[in-house]
Amino acid sequence: MQAVAAAGAGPRKPALRVRFARAAAPYLLILPGGGWLFLFFLLPILALAVTSLESGDFIAGFNFDWNVGNYTFGLQLYSSQFLHSIEYGGAATIVAFLVAYPAAYWIAFHAGPRKAAYLLIVLLPFFVSFVIRTLSWETLLADYGPLFKPLKDAGLLPGDFRVLATPVAVTGGLAYTFFPFMMLPIFASLEKIDRRLVEAAEDLFANRFEVFRRVIFPLSLPGVFAGVLLTGIPAVADYVNQDLLGGVGTTMIGRVIEEQFEVDINYPLAASLAFIFMVGLLAMLLAYQRIFGTKEILSD
Amino acid sequence: MTERQADGGGSAAPGDAVVSLEQVVKSFGSVIAVDHLDLEIRRGEFFSMLGPSGCGKTTTLRIIGGFEEPTEGTVKLDGRDVTDLPAYKRDVNTVFQSYGLFPHLNVFDNVAFGLRRRKVTGKEVERRVGEALELVNLTRMGRRRPSQLSGGQQQRVALARALVNHPQVLLLDEPLGALDLKLRKQMQLELKRIQDEVGITFIFVTHDQEEAMTISDRIAVMNHGRIEQLGRPEEVYERPSTTFVAEFLGASNLLHGKYAGVENGWGVVELDTGKRLLVKADPELAVAEQVKVGVRPEKITVHSRAQSLEPGVNTLEATLTSAVFVGVSYQYFFATKEGGGLSAFDRNAGGGPVAAQGEAVSLAWRPEHTFVIPVGTGETQPAAEAPLVGEPA
Repeated sequence: MQAVAAAGAGPRKPALRVRFARAAAPYLLILPGGGWLFLFFLLPILALAVTSLESGDFIAGFNFDWNVGNYTFGLQLYSSQFLHSIEYGGAATIVAFLVAYPAAYWIAFHAGPRKAAYLLIVLLPFFVSFVIRTLSWETLLADYGPLFKPLKDAGLLPGDFRVLATPVAVTGGLAYTFFPFMMLPIFASLEKIDRRLVEAAEDLFANRFEVFRRVIFPLSLPGVFAGVLLTGIPAVADYVNQDLLGGVGTTMIGRVIEEQFEVDINYPLAASLAFIFMVGLLAMLLAYQRIFGTKEILSD
Repeated sequence: MTERQADGGGSAAPGDAVVSLEQVVKSFGSVIAVDHLDLEIRRGEFFSMLGPSGCGKTTTLRIIGGFEEPTEGTVKLDGRDVTDLPAYKRDVNTVFQSYGLFPHLNVFDNVAFGLRRRKVTGKEVERRVGEALELVNLTRMGRRRPSQLSGGQQQRVALARALVNHPQVLLLDEPLGALDLKLRKQMQLELKRIQDEVGITFIFVTHDQEEAMTISDRIAVMNHGRIEQLGRPEEVYERPSTTFVAEFLGASNLLHGKYAGVENGWGVVELDTGKRLLVKADPELAVAEQVKVGVRPEKITVHSRAQSLEPGVNTLEATLTSAVFVGVSYQYFFATKEGGGLSAFDRNAGGGPVAAQGEAVSLAWRPEHTFVIPVGTGETQPAAEAPLVGEPA
């Protein structure tokens, strides 16, 4: 076998062993990542799918019997929490975009040689653990905390004024938490824009606003697209912010799933809620990609 | 310097200047890029600014386009002072060296960009973009993205995008720099054709003297932020007024001597060795004034020592040091008693090289092909260099 391979290879064809190695290389390279995904993503998802179709309770035990009722029941019972997730997550994404874009634009185009320093200043708070940051917000925004107590004492705000435990606090917290994921991709795509294109647009009678609208903004869309995904997905799924900054009326679905798993120990319901959430998110992403997808720009 | 400029610019019909720069200065920190420049560009001409990198030609172009604000001086466009007018309000368009095509727009939308900013709409946009693309032979490319075009095609789109606006003046910043030689030659002729067709004033910046001579009506040769000489290509080539111009516009053979006055209608220059050469009589030269005399290599003929030469031509005795075959011609290098090396071109008509290496020969050329450059009158390079300590990048 060896001899045949060697004879057949000659000077033209590399040895069989080399050809085999070349053919196998892509699969070998994908093995660690693929194995990881299989073990820690695919298998748990399958397990979750099975769980979501079980019935029974913690004491009597769960058994698999194609119990589709978990899905309809979960959707009915927690529809408002699903809606909260989409509302707060969506609003937080918009807020983060509105704050991040001008900042990224200014740093990329007008900060001159101190670009890196400004970027560091913006990102410095995020070097602190996000739980601590969210707890700080809770303290700051407390009904009689350092921010509102003086104002209430001075009579500038009514005594029952509150931000904590409202949708505003949750949305703000989410926008704040995921701000870097919005800003960095936008900054990167703005930074990449050839400054000579700005001159070309000015040469073609575009004033500053039109330069932005017709050249800079369209060319920064890949960054905006990435920023919205990176902010939107975790913001919709987050449950820490609504736990610390929200109240009874602002529960998001992530919190419900966590409770069903850890407090109520209703695994089938928790699993079916997780599945509904995942599929819904996927559908929204696909729609988003279809409407705002910037494949053409990205492929340039 | 100012006097020389007046020579070149003086023939411009006054009042027909579409662009005029008056005492324009541009400095970047301590570096002076443009140094008290006066310049009038006539309506409809193909004007070139030629010079080495850092001579201020691109800065001058950017000042006309509105991308740089002059430190001092006035810029007029069609008689109107536009010094403080931003680029987007000037009736001037630019073809950039890097083309600057918008990658997110297709060819049609790139070309339509300027029209749409000027509120031209619908059918009118389509008609004019169609015309512009036809002018540059890109009729079927409207739907393509710039990234799908070759360098030459991108160049044409950039040209169409500027011309479609019918500007008063078109600025071209080394637009052919990125093209290979053959395409470059082709585009030079194409540019000339397009300029004839549309009749718009073209201001063209290049460091390639051959390119400038091929396409220009007039050339301003620039050095250290000033214009060394301005005139038709033949004028600046055949009668360079400074050493810099003589050397920048092709190989030139310069010999040092002094002006000895007029004899029989010809001016006479006595070289340092006592050898006398005939030149065109120039009333502006004083007797005994220090000068350089020069002759272009293609004007020189090479003869054997024994050969008798017709009277009235300039001759020099020389020894051939090397001969180089360049295809269309031979290029010879000679050593002379006068000190300088001389070079000559001889058309490759099939006879082989005229002399062997080390052979003593006579070089001859006609007096009218000899040019004279005054030295040390404040008009040549040392004086022009003096106020400029920092070399512009």
